[in-house]
Amino acid sequence: MNGHQVPGGTPLPGVRLFAGLPQPCIPQAGIPILASLVPAGFPSPAADFVEDRLSLDEHLIEHKEATFFVRVTGNSMTGFGIHDGDLLVVDRSLHPADRSVVIAVVDGDFTVKQLCRLPDGVLLRSNGAGHSDIFVGPEQELTVWGVVRWAIHSV
Amino acid sequence: MTLALVDGNNFYVSCERVFNPRLEGRPVVVLSNNDGCAVARSAEVKALGVKMGEPWFQMRDLAKKHGILALSSNYALYADMSNRMMTVLSQFSPNQEIYSIDECFLGLDGFQHQDLIEYGQTMRQRVRQWVGIPVCVGIAETKTLAKLANHCAKKSYAGKDGVCDFTRMTETERSVLFAKIGIREIWGVGPRLTEQLVGRGISTVEALRKSDTKTLRREFSVVLERTIAELNGIPCMDLEDAAPNKQQIMSSRSFGQYVYDLAPLQEAVASYIAIASEKLRSQGSVAGMVQVYVRTNPHKADAPQYQRGLTVPLSQASDDTLLLTRAALWGLKRLYRPGFAYQKAGVALLNLSAAGRPQMDLFSTARDNSQVMVVMDRINRIWGRGTLHSAAEGVRKDWHMKREKVSPGYTTRWDELPLVT
Repeated sequence: MNGHQVPGGTPLPGVRLFAGLPQPCIPQAGIPILASLVPAGFPSPAADFVEDRLSLDEHLIEHKEATFFVRVTGNSMTGFGIHDGDLLVVDRSLHPADRSVVIAVVDGDFTVKQLCRLPDGVLLRSNGAGHSDIFVGPEQELTVWGVVRWAIHSV
Repeated sequence: MTLALVDGNNFYVSCERVFNPRLEGRPVVVLSNNDGCAVARSAEVKALGVKMGEPWFQMRDLAKKHGILALSSNYALYADMSNRMMTVLSQFSPNQEIYSIDECFLGLDGFQHQDLIEYGQTMRQRVRQWVGIPVCVGIAETKTLAKLANHCAKKSYAGKDGVCDFTRMTETERSVLFAKIGIREIWGVGPRLTEQLVGRGISTVEALRKSDTKTLRREFSVVLERTIAELNGIPCMDLEDAAPNKQQIMSSRSFGQYVYDLAPLQEAVASYIAIASEKLRSQGSVAGMVQVYVRTNPHKADAPQYQRGLTVPLSQASDDTLLLTRAALWGLKRLYRPGFAYQKAGVALLNLSAAGRPQMDLFSTARDNSQVMVVMDRINRIWGRGTLHSAAEGVRKDWHMKREKVSPGYTTRWDELPLVT
């Protein structure tokens, strides 16, 4: 991957991906089935209104093939609401926009940063302004591994 | 017919590189079970002359000299990445045949109005971006030619940027290209057949394609005749959309260390039955026979050798782990001889048929454990294989295979996720 562009094609027309199917090792969202036996008398008044229970997978994952989870260590992104130990939901299918929070590869390590497009390159910002920001010039190579969609924080 | 074969480059190594960018550009091998032989090699390792299947201990010096990194096989990771890759590729065609963990055929009939080379490039880019795996694409009129086109794309013999489309080539262009490719690169032509054909002066794809089918059929099999037809663009093999249910299910491993006693062998066999019967249930089959086998290390010629298998028929076909385990252990007890250093054991579930219409056994006193099996599969799917298991599998598992250099379960274990700073 060269420059700050992530290779990729435009989505195929007419192809939609449905999120929400279970990832490996994630408990499957239960499909509620009204299994109560009604030997006589009234049928369950709720029977006609069964809907699928809400699924976090469906809410958090848009492209399940391209979505990965990573764990945050350190406090370089607390200004962006990302804390030590948080779980990040990363979608590799998205193109990083200006000010996207991304997972970038810097010196062989994964780092979470805000990507800011500048006229003469890209700035990887952490925590707001500070010494740990990284400037990537147009001739330097930057690998954007994926775009962070959600930070899941335990309270 | 027009179809594509899409194939991951050095698939296992590529999977590892997605989560460990430091491996990029470095020589990397992935080793087989028990860290034995190279089962995947990065381009850098291939350039050093390491062959597929080369034992790790033989390349230790080379590894030290060139800094080759060796990793144990992380099958949970490769399986997940394979599923992701295949689902992304299924977006490109309504007809997909998943041929192996890292390759699939895609039917492209009805797509010919498109620029297929461009379409192939879109596939490559999409898989690379979404999943992180580099792939090559071969496009042709038959499966055998699509395989060959893929080979050409990979080796840069033809095509460009990892996509090779034979359908764009003229007859003359094909002849020139095929005259440069050896027959051992052809799908279905193994080392022995290669030797026999070369002995008859047929050494290139072009020579085989133009040879007289009738004469060859008399000496070789009808399979070779079909291969020749396919090389000439006449399809003899259709796309199989759904992988047919397996006719037998096997599970076997080499042990991490030699095993001498019956007890650890029993634990190992029970574990293999657990794995195999889970697969059996997932394809909705029942097994009518259970085969179990043990063997010593055939490469240790000075040690006493023993190898034997036994097939145990069941009075009633079953998918019950507990019942299948009992059958396998019954067989094992009859096979086992003390005084040998056992290196490997395995089981096979045979005589498979569809579950659901059990033939009742008049004298059956077996308990119906089907509910237990449903719960067990579910628990193991959620909390990982082996969470719930039969007591026969044991707890210590000293015989378990050696995987000293295995990478984390980046996509399958909550406590092993990739870390970001």
